[in-house]
Amino acid sequence: MTTVTTIALAALAFAGLLCVVRLLRPGSLADRVVALDSLLVVIVSGIAVLAARTKEGIFLDALVIASLLGFVGTVTVARFIERRGA
Amino acid sequence: MVDVIAAALLLSGTSLAVIAGIGLHRFPDVFARMHAATKPATLGLVLVLAGAALQVDRPGAVAKLLLVLAFQFITAPVGAHMVGRAAYRAGTELSPDTVVDELADADGSPRRKG
Repeated sequence: MTTVTTIALAALAFAGLLCVVRLLRPGSLADRVVALDSLLVVIVSGIAVLAARTKEGIFLDALVIASLLGFVGTVTVARFIERRGA
Repeated sequence: MVDVIAAALLLSGTSLAVIAGIGLHRFPDVFARMHAATKPATLGLVLVLAGAALQVDRPGAVAKLLLVLAFQFITAPVGAHMVGRAAYRAGTELSPDTVVDELADADGSPRRKG
């Protein structure tokens, strides 16, 4: 199981790197929101994989909070784009 | 047996996240990129959380994973819809490959040109 979670964490690190590069590349505000959103999904997946690796649930509170805050942030920036323009 | 299923779920979920990361770079405009990015937000996360739920041994941890799962199922489509609508209304350019833009043809379209 440790091998599998190591591979999974490496894949997630690569995916997170791709999201960060997309975030830093020039683009519209909506582009960056989409990149940040998928970065958050990668982080949440990473915490879940870590929980599977250690078989403990200590990190899962952070998981709940991250997914809650991510939604609030996405909606806020979406409202902002709609008012201000991309 | 449970370990094998959990490993398969974890690996398929994380590979979806990688595919989304590649899609963020390969697709031409915001809406196509959202199409790539919102898939792992539901399906990928379902797979990863199910794999993790098979591995953790305390019922409370499984309950938290299911809570995140339910919440993500409710909020991910709503958030993606709001970003897409805001991007369209703010006049984000569509890719030249776009075949049909039904909102532009509709009466009273809120779209601003440019």
